[in-house]
Amino acid sequence: MTEDPSETRNVAPGQPHDSMLSESLSYVIGLALALLLTGVSFWVASTSVLWGPGVATGLVVLAIAQMGVHLVFFLHITSGPDNTNNVLALAFGVLIVFLVMVGTIWIMAHLAANMGPPPELTNLHMQH
Amino acid sequence: MTSEAAAVGLTHEASEDTGLGHRGPESKSIVVPYGFWLFVLSDMVLFSALFATYATLAHATDGGPASNELFDRTLVAIETLALLLSSFVCGVAMIAAKRGNMLWTQIWLLITGLLGAVFLFIELYEFATMIGEGAGPQRSAFLSAFFTLVGCHGAHVTAGLLWIGTMMAQVWAKGFQDHIMRRMLCLSVFWHALDIIWVAIFTIVYLIGTLP
Repeated sequence: MTEDPSETRNVAPGQPHDSMLSESLSYVIGLALALLLTGVSFWVASTSVLWGPGVATGLVVLAIAQMGVHLVFFLHITSGPDNTNNVLALAFGVLIVFLVMVGTIWIMAHLAANMGPPPELTNLHMQH
Repeated sequence: MTSEAAAVGLTHEASEDTGLGHRGPESKSIVVPYGFWLFVLSDMVLFSALFATYATLAHATDGGPASNELFDRTLVAIETLALLLSSFVCGVAMIAAKRGNMLWTQIWLLITGLLGAVFLFIELYEFATMIGEGAGPQRSAFLSAFFTLVGCHGAHVTAGLLWIGTMMAQVWAKGFQDHIMRRMLCLSVFWHALDIIWVAIFTIVYLIGTLP
């Protein structure tokens, strides 16, 4: 397969294409950020300083941020033109994950609310 | 061909690759990890179904123990740390492999596997403790969903550990040939993806589940 060297090639997922130094640095930065976000998550979950009802949402946001850190610094998914295929596949995966999770939680919550007598009158669900 | 494609917006300025095959298929070193990336993403779709199930059943405890009575955050913190460090060391092993350093590749892969084993051991200890307290998967819908979700992740980690062991043997026996390096890359993608799924598990199941 002869290729024009001037063409930008695709990069495999997980495959960094920078120099060795910045590759090592990428993992170190990723580890530091992931540790920081994990630490903040555990702190947020155990402190009583924060407004209670907002804590769960905050934890989800922190988790999504940490997943982003893992994707960028460990899996080397970038926005560069050589990564388009990887990003598009990821975008499709995220779309399906989002549809499955949000769709299920949404519909099942409505179903539970609309079905028969309220849960405290039945033994099917011991809601807390 | 190229100018025609550019006219309909199919090309990027810095990339001539339109995906239309004008220069033939990509090399195996691109196609194989890309195919594996698609597998990993579909694996995440599988986990999303398990997460949705868990979220639906999280409060269906049938009078049995609820999530905030069962989980020990200290253990989860150690598990999380072990898996995160394991993911990091896996990346370091990849760097060593790319430099062709056999000794350090083996050492870092071994540490990756050991940290993964620490994670798995703590998880099994937690499962055994819960089942011993009568909080097994048959106790309530909540616990069925919990053991399915977390157990599925644990099964993936077990498979990853077997793969790491196999990889160490293959690198040792065959050296850093192209097809061995492709397998190494797929292994690292798999291992990093497991850590991403664990982030969702420790947040949704363990932290949100144990909020006061």
